[in-house]
Amino acid sequence: MTLEILAVDDSRTMRDMIRLALIPSGFTVHTADDGVHGIEVLEGLAPDAIITDINMPRMDGFGFIDAVRDQEKHRATPILVLTTEAAPELKQRARAAGATGWIVKPFDPAKLVKALQMVAG
Amino acid sequence: MSSDNDPMAEIRASFFIECEELLEALQDGLQVIEDGADDAETINVVFRAVHSIKGGAGAFGLEGLVRFAHRYETAMDAVRTGALQIDEGALKLFFRAADHLSDLVRMSRDDTPLDDAVTATLLTELDTFLGEDAPEATPEAEVIDFQPMGLTLDLDLDGEEDEAGLMELPDLDGLPPPALVDANPLPHQIFQITFTPSAELFETGNEPAILLRNLQELGTCDVVCDTSALPHLASITPEIPHLSWRITLHTSADESEIASVFEFVEGLCALEIAPLNQGIPERLTASEPCEEGQALGEAVSPPTLNPAPETPPTSQSVEVTPRSESGQVSAEKARARRPANAAAAAKSVVRVDLDRIERLVNLVGELVINQAMLSQSLEKSGLSPHSEAISGLEDFQRLTRDIQDSVMMIRAQPVKSLFQRMSRIVREASGAVGKDVRLHTSGEATEVDKTVIERLADPLTHMIRNAVDHGLEPPQDRMAAGKPAQGRVNLTAAHRSGRVVIEVSDDGAGINRKEVLEIAVTKGLIPADAALSDTEIDNLLFLPGFSTASVVSDLSGRGVGMDVVRTAIQALGGRITITSTPGEGTIFSISLPLTLAVLDGMVIEVAGETLVLPLNLVVETMTLTQNDVQLVRPGRQVIEVRSGFVPLFDLGHALGYRPPLDSFDAAVVLLIAYDDENSVAIVIDNIVDQRQVVIKGLDESLYRAPGIAAATILGDGRIALILDPSDIIATYGTEAPLQQVAQSTGISA
Amino acid sequence: MSDTAAPSTIELLTFELAGQEYALDIMSVREIRGWTHATPLPHSPHFMKGVINLRGTVLPVMDLARRLGLPERDQTERNVIIVVHHEETMTGLLVDAVSDIVAVTSDDMQPPPELAFGSVDTMVSGLTLIEDRMIRLLNLPITVDTAESAAA
Repeated sequence: MTLEILAVDDSRTMRDMIRLALIPSGFTVHTADDGVHGIEVLEGLAPDAIITDINMPRMDGFGFIDAVRDQEKHRATPILVLTTEAAPELKQRARAAGATGWIVKPFDPAKLVKALQMVAG
Repeated sequence: MSSDNDPMAEIRASFFIECEELLEALQDGLQVIEDGADDAETINVVFRAVHSIKGGAGAFGLEGLVRFAHRYETAMDAVRTGALQIDEGALKLFFRAADHLSDLVRMSRDDTPLDDAVTATLLTELDTFLGEDAPEATPEAEVIDFQPMGLTLDLDLDGEEDEAGLMELPDLDGLPPPALVDANPLPHQIFQITFTPSAELFETGNEPAILLRNLQELGTCDVVCDTSALPHLASITPEIPHLSWRITLHTSADESEIASVFEFVEGLCALEIAPLNQGIPERLTASEPCEEGQALGEAVSPPTLNPAPETPPTSQSVEVTPRSESGQVSAEKARARRPANAAAAAKSVVRVDLDRIERLVNLVGELVINQAMLSQSLEKSGLSPHSEAISGLEDFQRLTRDIQDSVMMIRAQPVKSLFQRMSRIVREASGAVGKDVRLHTSGEATEVDKTVIERLADPLTHMIRNAVDHGLEPPQDRMAAGKPAQGRVNLTAAHRSGRVVIEVSDDGAGINRKEVLEIAVTKGLIPADAALSDTEIDNLLFLPGFSTASVVSDLSGRGVGMDVVRTAIQALGGRITITSTPGEGTIFSISLPLTLAVLDGMVIEVAGETLVLPLNLVVETMTLTQNDVQLVRPGRQVIEVRSGFVPLFDLGHALGYRPPLDSFDAAVVLLIAYDDENSVAIVIDNIVDQRQVVIKGLDESLYRAPGIAAATILGDGRIALILDPSDIIATYGTEAPLQQVAQSTGISA
Repeated sequence: MSDTAAPSTIELLTFELAGQEYALDIMSVREIRGWTHATPLPHSPHFMKGVINLRGTVLPVMDLARRLGLPERDQTERNVIIVVHHEETMTGLLVDAVSDIVAVTSDDMQPPPELAFGSVDTMVSGLTLIEDRMIRLLNLPITVDTAESAAA
């Protein structure tokens, strides 16, 4: 199954890692550097899932999720949050912003793939 | 370390490049804070820099780096959330932590052992900053958090469409019909799972159908949808789910695996997972994250481990109830909606292997040579200057020049990274000698060839240390002199008439010329009766043999290895000058070529050898008659230029190509401004051409020729040496005292 | 290389210098090229011939006979420059003529008799006989490390 993913992270390393993890599994990966850029890239895309970092310049992950959820067509698009913390309150905040799930960095490519397949079908 | 075709290695390499950028942003941010700004976005920037380094480091298993970055980040987070204030001490700590983080990044990159002692010291200080309880609350657990950890997912139900009563689920798309034969041959258990989503589950993009499908992957499911709670159609509020599912799962998976399917929806649903064959259902509600975490094999310390009441709040201490009230949700959203201060959108960049740029630079160099040769042969061909070939050639020259400038631009980098390293040097040096010193920088955006930047690091470090150590007086002396106790070191860069000028200045006491003179005499560098001007005295600092370790401690002026500094600057085609004012301070000024690759040169002949002089130093050319030359004393002639006397310099003799000239009649001289104040008339045989030459470095490990900066390859393939007039003159001397200095140095060394 | 226990075979490039035969480990030889004019470096040590253009890079060339203190002789057409590399450095060695490539084992090599101390002796690290001709194996690191001589 080919899934189309939008990955939003201000770290080039993380974007590269996500690409490296997903492309071999047949995913189509679009990337953006921060929330504002993410919203721009999302324009005209219909990704099966979105991955986003939290700490980003210009618009952080919470703001980004919020902005995505505000778009009617993305109300139910699965959004995974990348976080280095397993701390419950971060998950909670992500969820409160409308995130579907979370991925704790560093992630294992296989699990990232599985996670996406699990939220995106 | 080879990154050929290994994507991970490539990403690793790119991570370390990114780290350099992040470290720079960190330094910048701290600097801005030090300069008095402490707006939220600046603090966010420094936080994010550390955070991103930690994130990437985790991905590559760089544990030491992760551990340190994490604590540093925690401290910054406390500032970010307003729990703690940055005072002067904390800022110093943050600077030192940034320095150390930078060290750790490099050590991690080079796979060298990390400096545990410094790490330990700084971690302790960061803990102290955070207060007693913060570190204790999450001891090793934080590190364990970074172990690669599974992702779990949730689903989202939009399942409003199931208005029917109890029904089987296979109508949900993609769900295979419940197979009676378990695909999984392993011994299995039967679980009874009850799953009732709440409204919030749908707001997060989770989807019950997908959750159920994921469950199906664990084994064989019998899914029953319970619609008993469904109200009458007329009173349905679409946002409120009314459905519940009961799943009987035949699986070889254990309970934790089943629970992990629901990780993302814990707290967003009522969930019960009970092994059927054990009779008593064991309750596992999804709102108990710890239990689930442990089930997943994590060693997450429960957030409530340390109840520490009324402790200063840290980010960790925020308790959030899983079933978030809508009010809280909107508060969170409102906060999240506020975008950070808009920073300029990042420019699009391409990373290019330096080798490729080198190749391009070399090719452009060849192009320049080739173009010069073509010009020559066209000129010889006797074509009319108005011919198409000649005017086409002019376009070609212009294009060549533009291409060359553009290529050089690729290699140019702002000096900022260099300056940031210097701010660290100032911090360390001032700490070591117990002086309060502030570094002021300007012109960080000035761009210089990358190689120049790299090779400037050592000499600049030297100069900055000298400024702190010897240039600035101790605080009590400063106060006595009516100066602020805090010393000031300035580091500036600017483009000035085709060169880059970098200045290091201090507001110290200036060079103690009396002492410098005494030392030079004691060391036999100059005769005891030498009468030197102030500038000449200052320049004694550059003499090899002037400064030694024993001198340093006695000397209130400066002089730690300034000869080494000068040599390094000259090797870059630069020159260095001193200006010192007693009581006010000292300025070292370094003037460097913009690029090391190409030079506008004057091609000359001397004693049958072809040489190149940097064109920008040639002020004027003239042909002498014997009458122009005045003899000062034997072996020393001057010419009069605009009512000033300029010494004559016999280049062929100085370079050892021939004996001294007897007569300067009809000699060609080039008036050279070899430093800011002095000029000299260099005697040559012939001017051949003015042209751009491609600079080729000379391998100095074999032999460093005095006065020779580099070499170039001429159109006929032969090598011509590129002269460095200031070095020639420094070596061979023009003024009587300097000549003696040079000679006696040679003898005493 | 006299320290190695197992007799290993090395290939040597042999060449003539003032009527004597010398050799270099072929592994350190990059190429051999004909003599071209070298641009002299001012005030360089007497054995520095100057620099030549080796396909766009500036290659320092030393007159090996002078370096070894051998008698002066006229330059001929057979003179060649052996381009050697040691660590990061490339150097050209002007020799009278190249002779041969021979394989010897470390057992064939003898240390030179320590009759005298001096740079010439340390520049020769071993001796071997090939068809009754004595071949002197050059100690390349010492030969091309001229820091000391240049400073003098």
